[in-house]
Amino acid sequence: MRAATVRGSSQRPLNSARCEQFLLHEARLLDDGRFDEWLALFTTDAWYWVPSEPGQADPFQTVSLIYDDRRLLETRVRRLASPRMYSQEPRSRTSRIIANVTIEEAGRGACTVRSKFMMIEYRREQQRIFGGTLLHRLVQADGRVMIAWKRVDLVNCDAPLDGITVPF
Amino acid sequence: MTEGLSRFFQPGRVHRQIYTDPAIFELELERIFGVAWIYVGHESQVKNPGDYFRTFIGRKPVVLVRDAEGNIRVIHNQCAHRGSLVVASDKGNTTEFQCCYHGWTYHLDGRIKSVPLQHGYSRDFDPKNPKTAMVQVPRVQSYRGFIFASEASDGPGLEDFLGHMTTSLDDMIDRAPDGEVEVAGGVFKHAYDGNWKVYLENLCDAAHPLFTHRSSIDAAQQQSDDVHSDGSGEIAIRQMRQNGAPYSFWESQVGIWTYPNGHSYLGDYHDDAKLVASLKDPLFREYTAVLEKKKGKEEVRRVLEVRRWNSNVYPNLSFMSQFQQLRVVHPIAVNRTVVHTYNFRLKGAPAQMFRNTISFANTVNGTGSLVLTDDLEIYNRIGMGLTSEGAEWIEIGRGLQSDIADAHGGRRGQNSTSEIYIRNMLDAWLGYMTKSPADMRAAS
Repeated sequence: MRAATVRGSSQRPLNSARCEQFLLHEARLLDDGRFDEWLALFTTDAWYWVPSEPGQADPFQTVSLIYDDRRLLETRVRRLASPRMYSQEPRSRTSRIIANVTIEEAGRGACTVRSKFMMIEYRREQQRIFGGTLLHRLVQADGRVMIAWKRVDLVNCDAPLDGITVPF
Repeated sequence: MTEGLSRFFQPGRVHRQIYTDPAIFELELERIFGVAWIYVGHESQVKNPGDYFRTFIGRKPVVLVRDAEGNIRVIHNQCAHRGSLVVASDKGNTTEFQCCYHGWTYHLDGRIKSVPLQHGYSRDFDPKNPKTAMVQVPRVQSYRGFIFASEASDGPGLEDFLGHMTTSLDDMIDRAPDGEVEVAGGVFKHAYDGNWKVYLENLCDAAHPLFTHRSSIDAAQQQSDDVHSDGSGEIAIRQMRQNGAPYSFWESQVGIWTYPNGHSYLGDYHDDAKLVASLKDPLFREYTAVLEKKKGKEEVRRVLEVRRWNSNVYPNLSFMSQFQQLRVVHPIAVNRTVVHTYNFRLKGAPAQMFRNTISFANTVNGTGSLVLTDDLEIYNRIGMGLTSEGAEWIEIGRGLQSDIADAHGGRRGQNSTSEIYIRNMLDAWLGYMTKSPADMRAAS
């Protein structure tokens, strides 16, 4: 108990301003195509999830547009750097806006942050708009904010969609 | 135009126009999707009276429904009054269908139940006329739970149409310890800007994975297995690595079989100890034990020796028994296609197997998968490339000289990368397209 208190006191609180700063930083890494740096934001046992159904209960009994455990997330990011990823030739350009940031639940050095996002993706003469709700579980490790899990609920998650290649 | 359709074919070649001409697309809807047995759904999607599921035959909106007597019907999703779409929800349970325009109400089998202000319609208006209804699709048949419908009132029965492909559907069901499968785990819907035919033309193509899927093969091969996985990523990465088998393997070890009416299947290509039948895998041992208890050792040996990858039932269905996947092709326009993909649960099998089915679906059918996205790119690029005024003829001649007869009335490729299954689909295509529906009736 005492150890936890001591460790907790050495960390800055995960308040709303700090969470928002983190989300904006993450969005910028994704827009800039700095996927290795994006991957480094995740904890070693993190997961990243884009459900296929509104309100989907879990990623194991129903298919998901994306459900990556840490191992698959690494593979996904490695592939994004491949010159032979034909579905990213030409590359997408994306522009994201993050808003309506609220802290849903906060505990010792960790919190769940809810936000709204909109992402414009432009590729090969076509522009797509994705939007929805982000849930981030943020934790602190060695003074750094990290993502323990991230859930992306697209408003059109059950629509017929062409391939999704750039993470939200 | 029909008489001239054979001009689009030469040995081992097909003219690009059949993938790009809107008039040919319209004729396909009439002569292929308006005649052939079209897969509409599975009985587990309409378990109880009143259960319904909205889908399409070609471009026509229809409803698969179990009526009050427990019979399965496929009815056109169109009000007999002013033509409005009646059923707007994807699925559900109801006691009747009601049009939101003037309140015309229908029994579950499509017959009119009530019409408000009926006295006002013309004197010869007969609500009992079967054509004044949500009109039934004339023929609906189930093969062991897999429901097909045909807009042709006469013609070969479903089992004649399926022929040897019944063995692939059998394999889907026989793997379930309780002898039944059920649709579960949601649906993926993919869209691409290209012709519907190119989708099926990729599913038994053993020559493309090593090239098209290179980025995911490389990324998976370089992935450390020491990194944390909850099991999902492990299945995905194992599958991606399998795509990296050398060309010599794809040519000689897989197998491609084709049958009348455009059907075909590709043999399995897995040697991974967790993706296929392997007694080294504790989950598979547990599954085999359950299966043997229900079916006996002999039958289980027979079932597990059937090893197939994609089975295509022309023109709108592809499925895979080993991982319980099923894909339905919906042609939208000559250059637009939507594909819906489903998963099946093997009743009585260990729960972890369905979890693996989901991981597998995310990998091979997922809209954001590391594999399918490159296939979708190919379909889009074929859509764009074919509009070029470059090469008139598309090559589909791989294996043409070496294909051989098959024991079950079909033909197979001696080389597994033979494009025989494309030629076989196009043979069926020409057969359907050069017969008008009137010809079909005359022939029967």
